Amino acid sequence: MAFVEKNQQIGPKRVVVGAHYGTFDFIVQRVTAVILAIYTIILLIGFLSMSGVTYDGWLNLFTFTVGMFPMGQVLATLAFISISWHAWIGVRDIWMDYVKPVGVRMLLQVLTILWLVGTLAYFVHILWRV
Amino acid sequence: MSDPAAAKPRPQFRNIGLSNILFSYRLPPAGRVSILHRVSGALLFLALPLIVSIFAMSIVSEAGFLALATITGFLPVKLIFLVLVWAYLHHFCAGIRYLTLDLHMGLDKVSAQKSAGVVFGVSLALTLVFALKLFGAW
Repeated sequence: MAFVEKNQQIGPKRVVVGAHYGTFDFIVQRVTAVILAIYTIILLIGFLSMSGVTYDGWLNLFTFTVGMFPMGQVLATLAFISISWHAWIGVRDIWMDYVKPVGVRMLLQVLTILWLVGTLAYFVHILWRV
Repeated sequence: MSDPAAAKPRPQFRNIGLSNILFSYRLPPAGRVSILHRVSGALLFLALPLIVSIFAMSIVSEAGFLALATITGFLPVKLIFLVLVWAYLHHFCAGIRYLTLDLHMGLDKVSAQKSAGVVFGVSLALTLVFALKLFGAW
């Protein structure tokens, strides 16, 4: 495929498996990173302040409530959504760097989304039934 | 500084293959942090269903929680845990470094290489702490 200048990648010449040429993904990658870093610290403090590693203490890290509000589950769900979104951008960047044929890249991107959404569904299902 | 013309010619790499990448071309610390940030991220992505399965086992019932503790006694399981924990710690520490670089802190060559060294120091030290705990040092 002929090399096309960035500012000429418009109309039919657009890279359909590109990154939408936006700042949005860049920002999302960093915001989700900060969310995950904060959640990691919260979990770590919770874990280290447990009196011995017991099942009840471990369960409580993810199921504690504030009044009627299921805070533990909501925080864990938000963190896992952040993981999925963060991983999507990162893995898509890997495909964009190393896989050039559009069809193969498209297939890998679709499989990546299925992988991440499937795992997210599994996590949410487990988390909210305990 | 010495005269650049008199300096030993730097090695050039063309048509780079896997052996060049792994053995001939030596990356500076910041480059190593960078590629390992990618490798650890890819590893965590691939291991995500496994990680959630382990989480499920630990959280669904107390029997599962105790069974997990038993399984963790086996060496291959310990090694898998160790690799995953290293990947998380490296990705975490390198990520913090990138966030500070995004804020235009420590961008000059000397401090950038220094902070790359700090990433390795902190992530490997924490991995070692986890390994000692995992193998029952206390």
